[in-house]
Amino acid sequence: MTLLLLVALGAAVGAPLRYLTDRAIQTRHPSLFPWGTLAVNVAGALVLGFVLGLPPANGLMALVGTGFCGALTTYSTFSYETVRLIQDGSRLYALVNLTASIVAGLGAAVLGYAAAGAVVG
Amino acid sequence: MPMNCDVDLAIPAHRAEMHPSSRWALLGVISAGGVLGALARYALETAFPRPAGTFGWTVFTINVVGCALIGILMVLVQRVWRGQLIRPFLGVGVLGGFTTFSTYIGDIQVMIAEGHPRTALAYLAGTLFAALLAVWAAMELTIWLVRPRAPVIHAPGQRR
Repeated sequence: MTLLLLVALGAAVGAPLRYLTDRAIQTRHPSLFPWGTLAVNVAGALVLGFVLGLPPANGLMALVGTGFCGALTTYSTFSYETVRLIQDGSRLYALVNLTASIVAGLGAAVLGYAAAGAVVG
Repeated sequence: MPMNCDVDLAIPAHRAEMHPSSRWALLGVISAGGVLGALARYALETAFPRPAGTFGWTVFTINVVGCALIGILMVLVQRVWRGQLIRPFLGVGVLGGFTTFSTYIGDIQVMIAEGHPRTALAYLAGTLFAALLAVWAAMELTIWLVRPRAPVIHAPGQRR
């Protein structure tokens, strides 16, 4: 029951934070390329990597991993945007978006994991 | 169709939705939707956990189903439904909270660490391919289902 509440609490913050980040990035850098979604997805992978590098703790994983990172990041928006880029004829942007999301996401996760290792010692 | 389903500032209605009069209602429905989506994901992940070293079928299914649903939703929001909070609640909130990029990446990282790089690669590419196909197919199917039908014209004198 407590774990459910922690997931809910993390998601209650993560989902609106994704929207606000996306909006802020689009306001400052108007572009067809989905920088906002890329940013939240990479940031979420970094934070989850950090949590995975810490000693296992169910509460922390529920709050930060499943709730916050899970709701901050999104596969539906990422895929929708990629399909729309292809439909719009921006195949290069679509390919760059896929590649950058995966490469930067994995890089961020590894970095987060290593940082946690360094912190815990 | 918007280029971004969370928020696309090229679209006037999306630009207007953070107006001070509607800002808190908007963030509230996104937050509530995110909680519902994340709890559904948590329930599925708890009911069907991924055994070590195996393909993450649960998160794969969550992400692909979420992608099909966003495809359906965006067509309906554009062509059928007019409510201003439907996309923020269902699209940004519920589906954004249900699907996850972080767990997808984290699971790939863990599969590699578990010594199963080929499973990790299959999961990486398989999710990507199925997710894109799901968005595209769901959009096309929904566009076809809600297409305007030609009105039936009755010639004068023709019996109805």
